[in-house]
Amino acid sequence: MANTIKIISEKCVGCQMCAKACPFGAISMLQRAEHPKKLALASIDLNKCTYCGLCIQTCKFNAIEFTKDVPVTNVDKNLYRGVWVYAEQRHGVVHRLSYELLNKGKHLAKELGTTLSAILIGDNIKAKAQGFINRGADKVYVCDDPLLLEFQEESYSTVFSQLIEQEKPEIVLIGATDIGRSFAPRVAAKIKTGLTADCMSLEIDHDTRNLKQTRPAFGGNVMATIVTPEHRPQMSTVRHRVFKEAQLQEGLTGEIVDFKLDIKTIVNRTKFLGFVKDESSSIDISDADIVVAGGRGVGSVEGFKLLKELADLLGGALGASRAAVDSGWIPYSHQIGQTGKTVSPKLYIACAISGHMQHTVGVNADIIIAINKDSSCHMMQIATYALEGDIYEIVPNIIKEIKSCKCS
Amino acid sequence: MKIIVCIKQVPNTTDVQIDANTGRLKREGVESIINPYDEYAIEEGVRLKEKFGGKVTVITMGPQQAESSLREAIARGADEAVLVSDKAFGGSDTLATSYTLSSAIKTIGEYDIIICGKQASDGDTAQVGPAIAEMLNIPHVSCVKKIEVVDDNSIKVERMMEDGYDLIESSFPVLFTVVKEINNPRVPSLKGKMAAKKAIIKTFNVDSIGADTKRIGLSGSPTQVVKIFSPPQRTGGEKFVGQAKDVAANLVKRLLDLGII
Repeated sequence: MANTIKIISEKCVGCQMCAKACPFGAISMLQRAEHPKKLALASIDLNKCTYCGLCIQTCKFNAIEFTKDVPVTNVDKNLYRGVWVYAEQRHGVVHRLSYELLNKGKHLAKELGTTLSAILIGDNIKAKAQGFINRGADKVYVCDDPLLLEFQEESYSTVFSQLIEQEKPEIVLIGATDIGRSFAPRVAAKIKTGLTADCMSLEIDHDTRNLKQTRPAFGGNVMATIVTPEHRPQMSTVRHRVFKEAQLQEGLTGEIVDFKLDIKTIVNRTKFLGFVKDESSSIDISDADIVVAGGRGVGSVEGFKLLKELADLLGGALGASRAAVDSGWIPYSHQIGQTGKTVSPKLYIACAISGHMQHTVGVNADIIIAINKDSSCHMMQIATYALEGDIYEIVPNIIKEIKSCKCS
Repeated sequence: MKIIVCIKQVPNTTDVQIDANTGRLKREGVESIINPYDEYAIEEGVRLKEKFGGKVTVITMGPQQAESSLREAIARGADEAVLVSDKAFGGSDTLATSYTLSSAIKTIGEYDIIICGKQASDGDTAQVGPAIAEMLNIPHVSCVKKIEVVDDNSIKVERMMEDGYDLIESSFPVLFTVVKEINNPRVPSLKGKMAAKKAIIKTFNVDSIGADTKRIGLSGSPTQVVKIFSPPQRTGGEKFVGQAKDVAANLVKRLLDLGII
């Protein structure tokens, strides 16, 4: 069986609605010389078509014939209840994103009339469980074992999928961190369920209990809403700072459950040898409130020292465009954009960055300040505040101004 | 050492423009390229081969036109290429894609290392690499920024993390997804280009990889796109022009008013 999609030429009036609706550019219009009214005919390039079905919804003439394979499962969805949040910890410190997920998870659980659980995996981390209950979790599953001291893809995904198979949650939320993005796909593949990456919005469809997961696609120029209709659990990784952190509350109660691991079943063919801390920055750029970034126009290592001074003064992280990284002025770990990191700060200060799409896809900021000599560049066009001028003149003045405010 | 590199052909977003009316990408006339992260995967595979001997097989799933990306990979030093292509694969999500690629890899046969780019620039999910490892029942390490072969039985890598990097050792076979920092890809040599022209690209379809038809294409895809829409585009805000000193003072005042600093 394969999917089939075709245009019924007798019905097509050449209105182009389908071609405009297609996010993949798979539909083009052909001229029909033989047609009595010379109407154009839509034509689908099957090499580009992903069978998403959006064209069918827009065609008012029922001119698109579509037969679609549907996922075949024998999953009894009613056996799956409860919302889960992965309580990410690294070196014993809980990631803030876990609390953001907890907050969103609480809302989803309430809408579904079900419970919220947090899943803690690590060694000697049971003490962290209460923090999740105090922020709204009904239950915390703790997987505590020396084998799980350090994150490793295989051992963590084995433990997590065992727990899912045993307890059968309907929704599992995992932070889109380096850790989350690395082991969540493995868990989903073990369970054979759907996983939607980098979600920025999560809503419940009340008729079906499906989770409507919205994520950026094609470099953030379109948003796609994705569901996992026939499989359970529905799994999502969620971007930083999309949801507010769950706050500590007085008088909350919950249950802490020790998940008894069968150590023999924990396969782990990798070995953790050590960790080397990045000394160049103390703030995780993906999770920073303020990011000061520099581009090609910064011109030198010294230029980045100036930007670092501003970043430090604001308590922000230092970022860079690919051009600056490739020039060797700053390490790759600071690169933002398509082949670098995604940042979601409140404030993004783009210094001498022209703002190619490859860069801006990684920037998801509330406020953008652009400083550039070229007022026509893309970054200056999209910035909330566009400062025209030389960064070497403007940035030192900003630093001076902030220092004088802070002193007064 | 037998090395398999998984790549994807993607639209080149460098010259993509946005349709002002629809807010969507204009895809007409956009050339197809090898996913940027996959260039590092190919280069790393070729470097390992040069150091330890062996063979690099590059594999992709996609339409017939993806063959051009496989030829480019050969020009960059890969030895063999496999195109996994069938109408039945249309509409695959990451789970179905991982299943299809892992079935194709089993068909290729033995391997020591599989290398993938960290993620593809069109989907950005970073899911297919780890899921392939799971389906092949081999370990994997994501976001690898350095590979160092230790001996015949184990390999050491550096895994990039938000706060630094981890040192991880693995047995063979293993799958790595790699980041940009790992190398500087070479430009194709003349000899490579000649080889690419002459290369015979193997093509696998549903039957040749022995895939379970329930696990491919839309049937094998748990996730479904139900809506695609354009987010509100950022439009320009306020311009600050004038003397650097005044521009800076006005900005800082604004940020103070907003309570940001």
